[in-house]
Amino acid sequence: MPVASEAAKRAALVPDHELLRLVECTAGEVRLQLVFQPRAAYGAAPVRVRPRGRLGLRMEVGGGVYWLRGTHDLDCAEDRAWSDLNLRDGQSAQFSLTYSSDAPAVLGCLGEAARARLAESRRWWCDWADRATYDGPHCAAVRRSALALKLLTYAPSGAMVAAPTTSLPERVGAGLNWDYRYCWLRDASFTVRALAGLGYWEEAEAFLNWLLFATWLTQPELRVMYTVFGETPPPERTLSHLRGFRDSPPVRIGNGARGQLQLDVYGEVIDAVAQFASHGRRFDRPTQRVLLRFGEYVRTHWHLPDEGLWEPRSGPRPHTHSRLLCWTALDRLCTMIDQGVIERAVAAPFHAAAEAIRHDIVTNAWNARLESYTSVLGGDTLDASLLLMSWYGFETADSPRMRATHAAIARDLRAGPALLYRYRRDPPEGAFGICGFWEVEYLARGGGSVEQAATALEQLLSHMNDVGLMAEETDPDTGAALGNFPQAFTHVGLINAALSLQARRQGAPTLVHRAASAVPNPSRSHP
Amino acid sequence: MNWASWLFWGFVATLVLTTALEASQGLRLTRMNLPYMLGTMLTPDRDKARLYGFLVHLLGGWVFALIYVGAFEFSGRVSWWRGGLIGVLHGLFVLVVGVSLLPGLHPRMASEHHGPSANRGLEPPGFFALNYGFQTPLSILLSHLLFGIILGAFYTLKV
Repeated sequence: MPVASEAAKRAALVPDHELLRLVECTAGEVRLQLVFQPRAAYGAAPVRVRPRGRLGLRMEVGGGVYWLRGTHDLDCAEDRAWSDLNLRDGQSAQFSLTYSSDAPAVLGCLGEAARARLAESRRWWCDWADRATYDGPHCAAVRRSALALKLLTYAPSGAMVAAPTTSLPERVGAGLNWDYRYCWLRDASFTVRALAGLGYWEEAEAFLNWLLFATWLTQPELRVMYTVFGETPPPERTLSHLRGFRDSPPVRIGNGARGQLQLDVYGEVIDAVAQFASHGRRFDRPTQRVLLRFGEYVRTHWHLPDEGLWEPRSGPRPHTHSRLLCWTALDRLCTMIDQGVIERAVAAPFHAAAEAIRHDIVTNAWNARLESYTSVLGGDTLDASLLLMSWYGFETADSPRMRATHAAIARDLRAGPALLYRYRRDPPEGAFGICGFWEVEYLARGGGSVEQAATALEQLLSHMNDVGLMAEETDPDTGAALGNFPQAFTHVGLINAALSLQARRQGAPTLVHRAASAVPNPSRSHP
Repeated sequence: MNWASWLFWGFVATLVLTTALEASQGLRLTRMNLPYMLGTMLTPDRDKARLYGFLVHLLGGWVFALIYVGAFEFSGRVSWWRGGLIGVLHGLFVLVVGVSLLPGLHPRMASEHHGPSANRGLEPPGFFALNYGFQTPLSILLSHLLFGIILGAFYTLKV
């Protein structure tokens, strides 16, 4: 996919959307067979391929047009095109597929012009990667993750999809196939921290602006996920004509979790805003009012059971993680009010509600028998998301309760070296990518030593594939990637883990966007 | 000739024609975008091209309206159906002659015979502008019909 700088785009007409393929024979002779067989409507509808002489092959799909061009002749029948090539040492072939939906297309020019586009793309990506300010350990893996996040971003809006795929199974044959081509608000806080931490302020700001724009129509209520255009995703449905990856149906489009109540998203969104505010960004009055409305919603709804961050379809429960994020939302609001980021507002009601939530968690989410916080209030099961209590500043990482919780999680949810299950399930699913990175962060933030954190990070990075990408989950036995791929959440976790490790080594402060005076830390008030 | 009436109704008719074409695009009936095509004759910058093209299209609309008005004045009769008839002829002229001349006139449009080059990559319209969608001829004819009807219905002959 060639990219060009804005200046280059102003200087020449370039295709809106283009896939450019260059095949080069570097030694000997190679026979290449190219088959092009496009399908529309998720494979349900054939597409008629029409030859248009020197312009190439033309396909019209739903008002848009595709053009396929090549340096070598392409034969075509009704719904496909093909070419048999023999390339000798030094010979090459180029193919360009372009798409346009709203205006006459710009056709991909081949030959030297295509090589120039390729060179310009390489330059653009190198320049972008060089903007990263990170120079800590595993720099290549961190940069690769940043590139993955950039590629998962819809440039016109700044929205980032969770993954570009749907229905890659979390476990083959188990029906755990979901559509992740949407933007989850849950990723907000982690994503802003990752992008800003690497110095990609422009991308972080675009993401935040999209976040505030997308939520404008539904506020004070927040949806779990939105499309890249800021709309609610379509209802979930199954494409029964598709067999699925590795014959593992169903193939789903849309997402049934779109209507769930997940109270943690308020904390994610407000924490993302607070991170920006801590770097001097100021918000206009309407945005301030929206933030206050979010806070008011949390203040009056935090006690409700919800579906929680893992989106089970088994109904609402009083999730500890959701309470934690409700506390986070109110805590950050109090900070922003105290700092004058939000004007003409009174912190006291939010402060009081945050205190009530804190008391609720400390009292009801702690299981003395397990010596751990639990996934739901009054429960006896663990959840890797409990490691985030120190990430959000609810507990310090080295508090007795957090150390005990970490020990319990490491005992009960360990899937392999540095790998963690998100929770216990029978039969067990894959190790959940980001959970391992949360543990690294927990260790780096004071829950363990620098060496422990560094070793765990190194072990997790061994599960990247040959081009440095990671899926949602990893099979602990085979190391195979499971679930949708590549997964933004996992790469965000990787970046944040590396940033936390680097911060620990440099003695840099964490949680700068949280005022110490906001809401008391519970680790000061219980053993 | 009634210059004021020509200026005003020529402007209105052009706006309606542009709106009708834009609506056709929005409804995904066609990818024909006259302001964009005219604008890219002047600049490769897409955003500027749309603005420049809109202005050129507006001026072009007035010039074409002058031909309509000339026909009304010459015949001494004006009515909505006469305007509509000229509009259909105008639309046919655009589809048959205009689009076939365009690749030769447009400095950034690819040629059907030679294919695209580094500086000429814009998709040519093809016969009856069918490259821009099979409903493009209908959209052009209807928008020009509207253009003619407005001029025919509202232009007042010089007394």
